[in-house]
Amino acid sequence: MGTITPSLRPAIGRGLRLQWEPAQNAHVLLYPEGMIKLNGSAGEIMKRCDGSRTIAEITADLERTFATTDLANDVCAFVSMAVDKQWLVIQS
Amino acid sequence: MNATANPVADAIVTPRPGPPLWLLFELTYKCPLHCVFCYNPIDFTRTGTELTTEDWIRVLRQARALGSVQLGLSGGEPLVRDDLELIVAEAHALGFYINLITSGVGLTEARLQALKRAGLDHIQLSFQDSTREMNDFLSSTRTFELKSKVAKLIKKYDYPMVLNVVLHRLNIDHVEEILRMAEEMGADYVELANTQYYGWAARNRDHLLPSREQLQRAEAATQRFRDKVGQRIRVFFVVPDYFERRPKPCMNGLGSIFLTITPDGTALPCHAARMLPGIDFPNVRTSSVESVWYDSSGFNHFRGDSWMKEPCRSCPEKAKDFGGCRCQAYMLTGDAANADPVCDLSPHHHLVTAAVARADAPRPAVEKPLIFRDHR
Repeated sequence: MGTITPSLRPAIGRGLRLQWEPAQNAHVLLYPEGMIKLNGSAGEIMKRCDGSRTIAEITADLERTFATTDLANDVCAFVSMAVDKQWLVIQS
Repeated sequence: MNATANPVADAIVTPRPGPPLWLLFELTYKCPLHCVFCYNPIDFTRTGTELTTEDWIRVLRQARALGSVQLGLSGGEPLVRDDLELIVAEAHALGFYINLITSGVGLTEARLQALKRAGLDHIQLSFQDSTREMNDFLSSTRTFELKSKVAKLIKKYDYPMVLNVVLHRLNIDHVEEILRMAEEMGADYVELANTQYYGWAARNRDHLLPSREQLQRAEAATQRFRDKVGQRIRVFFVVPDYFERRPKPCMNGLGSIFLTITPDGTALPCHAARMLPGIDFPNVRTSSVESVWYDSSGFNHFRGDSWMKEPCRSCPEKAKDFGGCRCQAYMLTGDAANADPVCDLSPHHHLVTAAVARADAPRPAVEKPLIFRDHR
């Protein structure tokens, strides 16, 4: 998959759908034959992965929204894991 | 129940189960194919009239309000219903993730276009084998060419291609060819699902159960293919549970996440549960989905573990496998509350090992003919 760097633009994988489920109080990732219930941070990151924003922009938005700093490594690590699992793809 | 005045009784009441996250609509039992391994009930022609479009849409709305999110549209062949597009459109508007489970027969380009517009998320196409002869023999039709065309259409409309092949004694030696066919068709997911012995498949079990050696060869071929294609194609190989020593956690426990609605509106905690005797399953014509799921005796019967007998009741693994499959326990032992005989702790396990031994014998003595699913 190569290294995940802040200039890349992640998007939801093909055939997958991310949506908020009130009954589960969580974002879920829907795919053929399955569903993954995301925890709060995973949901916040993934809902920003629209293929147009870079990881750096997503990180800045999260830091602003949650009034915090130093999220860059965590976001990169999550995106890397999610790309491995094919939850996310990198837009070329 | 009159327990509200008793705080102790209240405290031991089982916690309210989660919602029916997974909804399966068996829209019709009508099907152009006659597969020998179909899990539909043998007496499917004797069930009641099919639900109307309005019934299905009401059930969609009620289930979605409870939290249902995955929707499978199956049958029979769901394309036989000419209101399929209407049902998909409503489900999409409600936020369901919608899977059409089809033989492909009846999936014209015009219908595929309409289904895409309506918001269908993906299509699972079934194949019986990699060769035209075996596909057509096992489904008692001439459908191989047609299915190949449908597979191309599915790609053309940019759907993830989920190919499902039911494996058994007569086609399991073709796994390598089946996987090659899947690759040529551009499949994204391949499910090699060994036959589960319910309905028509149970009747044909001795014809269909593979030998242990066949199974090992098929698993080895699957692994070679996985090593070759890597992440590009996901291959699921579902082992026939007869070869296991512990039972499958069937439906993750009845009444925990799955809700099946049959063509006549009977609500079931699994596709095959209608066979279980003495259990009154509710109908969505007369009950709301909420009352079906939370209040009906049919759905509460096998929740928790108070229904269990030994060896399950005191078994440390009961929370993991829920005693296995109730239908299999009933079919093989005559009592749905017994341990699934697949478990080697079951006093009935010899029934399973005997069937496997027959399959392992070089030429199993089969007196009965192979029976094709048909109206009778």
